[in-house]
Amino acid sequence: MGKNYSRPQALTDVVTHYCPGCGHGILHRLVAEIIDELGIRGSAIAVAPVGCAVVAYDYWDIDCAEAAHGRALAVATGLKRVQPDKIVFTYQGDGDLAAIGTAETIHAANRGENLTVIFVNNAVYGMTGGQMAPTTLLSQKTATTPRGRQAATEGYPLKISEMLALLNGVVSVERTAVSSPKEVLNTRRAIKDAFMNQMERKGFSIVEVLSMCPTYWDKSPVDAARWISEEMVKYFPLGKIK
Amino acid sequence: MAKVKINRQRCKSCQLCIVWCPRKNLKLDETLSETGVFPAVVIDPANCTGCGMCFVMCPDACIEIEG
Ligand SMILES: Cc1ncc(C[n+]2csc(CCOP(=O)(O)OP(=O)(O)O)c2C)c(N)n1
Ligand code: SF4
Ligand code: SF4
Ligand code: SF4
Ligand SMILES: [Mg+2]
Repeated sequence: MGKNYSRPQALTDVVTHYCPGCGHGILHRLVAEIIDELGIRGSAIAVAPVGCAVVAYDYWDIDCAEAAHGRALAVATGLKRVQPDKIVFTYQGDGDLAAIGTAETIHAANRGENLTVIFVNNAVYGMTGGQMAPTTLLSQKTATTPRGRQAATEGYPLKISEMLALLNGVVSVERTAVSSPKEVLNTRRAIKDAFMNQMERKGFSIVEVLSMCPTYWDKSPVDAARWISEEMVKYFPLGKIK
Repeated sequence: MAKVKINRQRCKSCQLCIVWCPRKNLKLDETLSETGVFPAVVIDPANCTGCGMCFVMCPDACIEIEG
């Protein structure tokens, strides 16, 4: 990264509603830094999800649309097709992208829409109170799996990124984390690559980011970051999938 | 010598900057901020290398580094 350690211009000057140590905050800054760096503040359009990041449009100083829960990629498809010169990206949680929005996700990917997807995997539904998400780990306790997720009754954590990598329409799939400075910088590189793919008209790119939800993991922010690097990565390995 | 500035109004006291400072040069302040948290502060400005690790980890973009 360039040695510019100042607040990015594409980040609005407000205090976010996120809990202390929430990974969404780190990711918002990274996205803003990349938008500044690529000089696309005037042409980027974000599609915000329903989830804790529902008011992302208040935090980025760019054009944003708000989609109904799970439908971000349908909205993004329309925006990009009508205005192909804009840089359109979605920012979605695991509940949004991999539960209620599974159909929209798979079909946008399969159509090879020229879009950039930032997929925030925090292994719970944060906004609604920490219920089980498709990506909740086995044995992980949540509001709806008080004794821990069991494969027999709740199934296995969904590796939707690996599933999407199988589709011909998808050009790039990568999994990263925001659990240490090294991983944050790698996430920044991966998201920038995913934006550049769209600018070079290559097609559908997705970056899945393992992200802390200290509140509903019942951990301090530091322990939440450790839990990603020690537990979450065992099931969701980091790296380039496609 | 790099100059680290931490915005006390914005800091949420998460401590991610503190644990990742390679110089162990950050700590929580002993006095509350206006928002009611113990914000991160620099221990010894002369000991900061300007490596940026604190900036990189901060979820609330409250850190700026000059120099
Ligand atoms: C159609 C519809 N169904 C359900 C909800 C309730 N709801 C709001 S956010 C959410 C899940 C959020 O989880 P995730 O997408 O993982 O985002 P996070 O908050 O964890 O970042 C649900 C089920 C809704 N808003 N709209
Ligand atoms: S509930 Fe979790 S995901 Fe939502 S703001 Fe708090 S820490 Fe972040
Ligand atoms: S710039 Fe580096 S040395 Fe200075 S306070 Fe931040 S993490 Fe510590
Ligand atoms: S990382 Fe940011 S919000 Fe967290 S304690 Fe440090 S300065 Fe405060
Ligand atoms: Mg989630």
